[in-house]
Amino acid sequence: MAASLGELDRRDRAWWTDWVARVFVFGGGISAIVFIVGIFVFITQQGLDFTLHRLSWSEFFTSINWRPTGHPETYGALALIVGTLTITALAMVIAVPLSFGAAIYIGEFARGRQREWMKILIELLAAVPSVVWGVIGLHMISPMIQHWLQPASGVGTNLLNAGIILGLMAAPIMTTLAEDALKAVPESFREAAEALGATRWQVIRRVVLPHARPGLSAAVLLGVGRAVGETIAVLMASGHAIRIPTSLCDPVRALTSTIAAELGETEHGSDHYQALFTLGMLLFLITFGINMLADRIVRGARRRA
Amino acid sequence: MFAARSLHEAADTARLLKIRTRKDTPPVKNLLLTSSLAALTTLTSCGGGAGAASRLQVKGSDTMLEVAQVWAEKYCDAHPEVSISVAGGGSGGGIAGLINGTLDIANCSREMTAEERAKATANGHDPVEHKVGYDGIAIFVSKDNPLPSISLEQIKQIYLDGGSITKWSQLGVKMPEGRDDIVVISRQSNSGTYEYFKEAVLGGKKANFRNGTLDMNGSKDVVDQVLKTTNAIGYSGLAYGKGVAVRMLPVTKKEGDQPVAPSIDTVLDGSYPIARPLFMYTSGQPQGASKAYLDWIVSDAGQGHLMELGYPPLRK
Repeated sequence: MAASLGELDRRDRAWWTDWVARVFVFGGGISAIVFIVGIFVFITQQGLDFTLHRLSWSEFFTSINWRPTGHPETYGALALIVGTLTITALAMVIAVPLSFGAAIYIGEFARGRQREWMKILIELLAAVPSVVWGVIGLHMISPMIQHWLQPASGVGTNLLNAGIILGLMAAPIMTTLAEDALKAVPESFREAAEALGATRWQVIRRVVLPHARPGLSAAVLLGVGRAVGETIAVLMASGHAIRIPTSLCDPVRALTSTIAAELGETEHGSDHYQALFTLGMLLFLITFGINMLADRIVRGARRRA
Repeated sequence: MFAARSLHEAADTARLLKIRTRKDTPPVKNLLLTSSLAALTTLTSCGGGAGAASRLQVKGSDTMLEVAQVWAEKYCDAHPEVSISVAGGGSGGGIAGLINGTLDIANCSREMTAEERAKATANGHDPVEHKVGYDGIAIFVSKDNPLPSISLEQIKQIYLDGGSITKWSQLGVKMPEGRDDIVVISRQSNSGTYEYFKEAVLGGKKANFRNGTLDMNGSKDVVDQVLKTTNAIGYSGLAYGKGVAVRMLPVTKKEGDQPVAPSIDTVLDGSYPIARPLFMYTSGQPQGASKAYLDWIVSDAGQGHLMELGYPPLRK
């Protein structure tokens, strides 16, 4: 009485729906890989010829003379790299206390509706377009710096301005991630510490923060990634001047804003065009490295737990 | 469809957003970074509706952006069958567009270089030059700056890599609030104004600007920055000083000469030393809509608009 194969094969509507859904979801899942590889291949291929054959690496990393239209052209990216690094460092100095403070308050102190509201507001803050931050830097923070700090450079768009703007931009996303990390600390840990007579701060300082450290580190690293990659706000707030800063109020120039300011005007395939893609590769590697590191920290922590 | 007023709004928005919005990118390099901006950048001047029979893409020099917009707007008012879109991005960007074949007309505030011509020829284009007006490069300082005039040599020493002047006191003036450092404002490296200034003032193609200059992405941005910075000096098109509370320094060819203030008259009679012609380039001899448009630009009507904006016209 064995059923024939034809009867077992139920390729009805549900079967096909299942098949289509599976293909669609698989496509969505794999698209991330396709895109990231595609972007990397594109950036590399656009700048490869110049990067491999005509770029002087020692000049690239040690000279501040970025003169792509000079005679002869020179491609010294040192000032741009230093600009990106100093802006990012300053942004973290501002964003870390702000975001950790906010995360601790939301995670450990705020309760009920207040907490929900704060979370929504912080997410809203994270959604402010970067060009709006740029306008704030250009038209609000810049006059404030000029008025109160009276910088010797006389310019309000500078390292400090860009650092503040980027710090404020990175803080919301860091807060959200840091809060997640705090939330992951089991409630029983806090209860145990409190049972031993620890104060609120002692619980946070000695129990919650150490336990959440990997998550907090990841939050900082992703904030760094955000700051390194940010473009338009930096372009508007940094002053866009090629120099190694010697004070907080010196204008600087970042890798990203150099690409943004120059790429639209270079001729396709020219050395200048390719040199900008070399900067792109550098940025890609930096952010890729940061993200990998953040990932490893979180995974490592999970494995230990 | 943009009306005349919304053009100005668009231009204002573009200025507010500064820098990035001025750029239009040829489709060939619309990668993720720039593609979203391209939409913002082309300031469609007029037409563009169903009725427009021919479309012209004009792009290039930031110096010429303002006048190019006004030309397009006025021309389309009279010729609704034509739609013209205008974008800035620098002379180099315009020429690049011509070479890549994405433009009808490239605005250029300098002559095309031999290299650019060679590349255009290699891509099957034969660039034809049309002189459409003149421009004086004014030296801008804050209205609080007491300096009476400046010589070409002094400007050179301020801007040149390794130049000897970095303090206002070296020019014999005492700046308010002791802001003695000179904040040097320049342009992004493929601006036609940048290139022209390098050749005319710094002493040739091979000269280099000093490092640490604030590199602005638009002619107007230079003036805005000077407006905000007491101890700054900047160079930009004469027309961009109109109606802004900054000073345009009279310039002397040699120290001791009579200083000449930049104006339409002094540019036209040749007494103001930093002035240049403005060009539009087409690929091959212009045909049809391009030809009609260029003919109108050099006509009295087009030249009148040029002069109203503060640019010296081809003839008086």
